[in-house]
Amino acid sequence: MIPRLVLGTLSLAVLAALSWAVLALPAQPPGLTAEALGKLPESGVMNPVTAVLLNYRGHDTLLEVAVLLLAITGVWSLRQGEFPAADLRERPLLMSLLRVLLPVLVLTAGYLLWIGAFAPGGAFQGGAVAGGALVLGILGGLAGRWMRRESLLRLGLALGVLVFASVCAVTKALTGGLLQYPPGQGGVWILLIEAAALASIGLTLGLLYVGGRPPAGPAEPGEKEPDGHG
Amino acid sequence: MVETGFTVYLLAGAGVFIIGFHALLAQAHLLRRIMALNVMGSGVFMVFIALSARTAGEAPDPVPHAMVLTGIVVSVCATGLALALADRLQSVTGATELEGGPAPGPNAGSGGEESHP
Repeated sequence: MIPRLVLGTLSLAVLAALSWAVLALPAQPPGLTAEALGKLPESGVMNPVTAVLLNYRGHDTLLEVAVLLLAITGVWSLRQGEFPAADLRERPLLMSLLRVLLPVLVLTAGYLLWIGAFAPGGAFQGGAVAGGALVLGILGGLAGRWMRRESLLRLGLALGVLVFASVCAVTKALTGGLLQYPPGQGGVWILLIEAAALASIGLTLGLLYVGGRPPAGPAEPGEKEPDGHG
Repeated sequence: MVETGFTVYLLAGAGVFIIGFHALLAQAHLLRRIMALNVMGSGVFMVFIALSARTAGEAPDPVPHAMVLTGIVVSVCATGLALALADRLQSVTGATELEGGPAPGPNAGSGGEESHP
């Protein structure tokens, strides 16, 4: 173990170096704002961040979606998932909250996806909201039936990468450039990718909460009467 | 005056990073180390956002924004994977710390040996 004094000194030294580094940066760096905004009319969306994510730097985002898939694959290969032991459906307060909250969250995720074309929002924000909704659903015992359909889950997890890669291939064939959308069609392609990415991101985040591969096999005791809620 | 605001954010980002950095080295428990990495990441995101607001032009630079946006989701997933790895390590060896750390506590089982399944 590193002595406390050494550790403290080291941390302060790194802090000093970092502070110097950020303070020494130019006060008015040129940045890429002008370029990003200048090409915005051609990008197919009006939100510059979405344009960066899915047009200018689409490859980067494709790889990031692939990283999410890798992460959940790693988690699934390491552990068997665990559902909350307590059956939360017997808590009426939580259930009545979820009945209101879950539709609102799903609606919010869809709204964020749509608004990402011209205002802050998009697949990642919507995916985060959808992931939260899935966690709540799992906690409330509502997602148990779906958790048993592993092939469906796998498809959902991979959907983002699959659609993204397919769009890469199609745009390559259409325009000769990877992720170079045909003129005037950028918005449609971006929305297609984002819809698939949202599903995968939400599912990935929600299933990471389960912490492993969903348990297979016969229904658990808490799963006897899920149909009453469907 | 505007510059001062950016400087505060930049230095605060560096400070948050160092808090995580210190914890990463000082804490041996893997859970604490994973949390420390998350704190460090938050500091980096903070510096990125502050820098993007400082670029020339009327609007903030969207490129760092896009990087931070994806970075947050990626860091959540990396955390999930790290937690699964830590849990696996504990269930295989009983250790909650990596080798080379401080001596295992009384409840750390027979740490040290690496039993490969």
